[in-house]
Amino acid sequence: MSFEPQTEPVGAAGASATLGRRRVLRGLGGIAGFIVTIALTFLGLLAITFFIGRVIPIDPVLSVVGDRATAAVYEAARVAMGLDQPLPVQFANYVADVLSGDLGRSVSTGRPVIQDLSRFFPATLEMATIGILIGVALGVPMGVTAASRQGSWTDQVIRVVGLLGYSVPAFWLGLVGLAVFYARLRWVGGPGRLDIFYDGLVPPVTGLILVDSLIAGDIDIFWNAVTHLVLPASVLGFFSLAYIARMTRSFMLDQLSQEYVTTARVKGVPERLVIWRHAFNPIRVPLITVIGLSYAGLLEGSVMIETVFSWPGIGNYLTTALLNADMNAVLGATLVIGAVFIFINKISDVLYRVLDPRAR
Amino acid sequence: MTARDWLLDDSPSSRLQASLGRFYRIAVALMRNPLSVLGGIIILVLIVTAIGAPWIAPYSAIGQDLANRLMPPSAAHWMGTDELGRDIFSRVVWGSQITLTIVLLVAVIAAPLGLLIGAVSGYFGGWADRVLMGITDIFLSMPKLILALAFVAALGPGIENAIIAIAITTWPAYARIARAETLTFRSSEFISAVQLQGASPLRVIVRHILPLCTSSMIIRVTLDMAGIILTAAGLGFLGLGAQPPLPEWGAMISRGRTFILDQWWVATMPGFAIILVSLGFCFLGDGLRDVLDPKQADKH
Repeated sequence: MSFEPQTEPVGAAGASATLGRRRVLRGLGGIAGFIVTIALTFLGLLAITFFIGRVIPIDPVLSVVGDRATAAVYEAARVAMGLDQPLPVQFANYVADVLSGDLGRSVSTGRPVIQDLSRFFPATLEMATIGILIGVALGVPMGVTAASRQGSWTDQVIRVVGLLGYSVPAFWLGLVGLAVFYARLRWVGGPGRLDIFYDGLVPPVTGLILVDSLIAGDIDIFWNAVTHLVLPASVLGFFSLAYIARMTRSFMLDQLSQEYVTTARVKGVPERLVIWRHAFNPIRVPLITVIGLSYAGLLEGSVMIETVFSWPGIGNYLTTALLNADMNAVLGATLVIGAVFIFINKISDVLYRVLDPRAR
Repeated sequence: MTARDWLLDDSPSSRLQASLGRFYRIAVALMRNPLSVLGGIIILVLIVTAIGAPWIAPYSAIGQDLANRLMPPSAAHWMGTDELGRDIFSRVVWGSQITLTIVLLVAVIAAPLGLLIGAVSGYFGGWADRVLMGITDIFLSMPKLILALAFVAALGPGIENAIIAIAITTWPAYARIARAETLTFRSSEFISAVQLQGASPLRVIVRHILPLCTSSMIIRVTLDMAGIILTAAGLGFLGLGAQPPLPEWGAMISRGRTFILDQWWVATMPGFAIILVSLGFCFLGDGLRDVLDPKQADKH
């Protein structure tokens, strides 16, 4: 501290003030840049869903009025859908509609898509959150252990588990899980969020059954929800575990090969401290990015899992809509999952830049 | 001079000798890693099975035998039979053709597309780069499976549309790699030499830049294969990929869903095939990365 030269010129205070202002300005520029990137990406997402919904289908009107409609009805529907206008105008209208929360009406449920989505989203959120908790709680220690015993059989097992996360179909694992833990062993509840006789007993406050049942003070329903949630969340958690363990291992190997680790060992620091304090601390920041990516990935992975477990979330809504050719619902769900995905990605990107001094 | 000496000759006298020698070195290095050997064997078995399906499969893939429906695995039916009495083992064997076709077609569509976009973007820079990479980044930041689902929903279910949808979601990663590779040698002397001889940008990109991107592309494509297989199986499972009675593995699992509690083999057996093949590609991809890209190797 005192080794620094103390002979700063008189103008130092002023200089550091401009420096501070410049830093603030750069920070503001960063935020503006971030907002522009996010807005552009969302616009890209909208362009893609617009393209899928309006450009690819040979005749979007036909899917609304049916092929027996008279020419007058057909024409009226075409004008009502705005399809008589040029594509850029259609796209502008589409963006305006989406921004005002109008995603159209679902053909199969008859309700506005936005209402359906907000009703189904909490179930997906609940499952993905428990899934990521399982993934982090098991994946990080596994990755650290594998790296600290590189080449041992523990390491090999963890590597294979990591690769299985890339090669096992999620829907298959869910089915096998149901067959073993529900049908054979009776350890967990079956498909759905609750047993049928508990359904609708808890007043929805947050839409998360675990939270709602606690608010209502109903422990029975809470436990029932837990038994239903544990299997799908574990299957989902397995995939984030595989990814997180793989990434943690490679980050840790990077750190453990650095010279400061050798120095710490030579100084006689206990191995446990070398690993968890010296080597693990610097990888916490990149890990946040990995966990963020993995969380976003789980929202996507839940599409398959929800279908298998009849879980009333957005994924299930999406696949049901797909089978009914309910395009408004498909595009709405795509838009919402895509938006959440992009948002989480960008947030973890920003967190990385804020927390890691090297990336500043 | 033995064949081995000829292959490992330090001063090859023809292009053929040089490239064969390179292949030989890669093969030898791959052989040292037991996991990549295992991966290679699995892929080989997949290819042989797909080609030899008519001779390997004991029964037809679609022939029904209602007297023998939902039979458990036995000597006559190694993986049991499904709800229409079809032999599951035979269907898995025939299904390997579909899986191999999907994987190859996606690679053939997506890899060159990504390569070209990335190379053009990196070579020209400026606005071309900004626009192309902007589009690439938007596709990259989108969830792949959801995007593929939405595309198939608009295009209509079917195996061709599933392939197109998967290819649409796969190319951006290749474009990124090709761009990064192109940037590393865009300003190197051999490119300037070719340019000074009057080569057109097209010629520079196709003849001199793309060949140098192939090794990292091969690694990435091999590693992506598992993901492509899983997405294809997922589309099949949802009824959006291959249509019945085609013996696509994902669609087979979907049919077995109804019987999962009592006749577990109907849904589980095709799943093992998916896992095995995907693992094979993962092992081989890991091995290839270790051999072709030693910088990355020790990180993973």
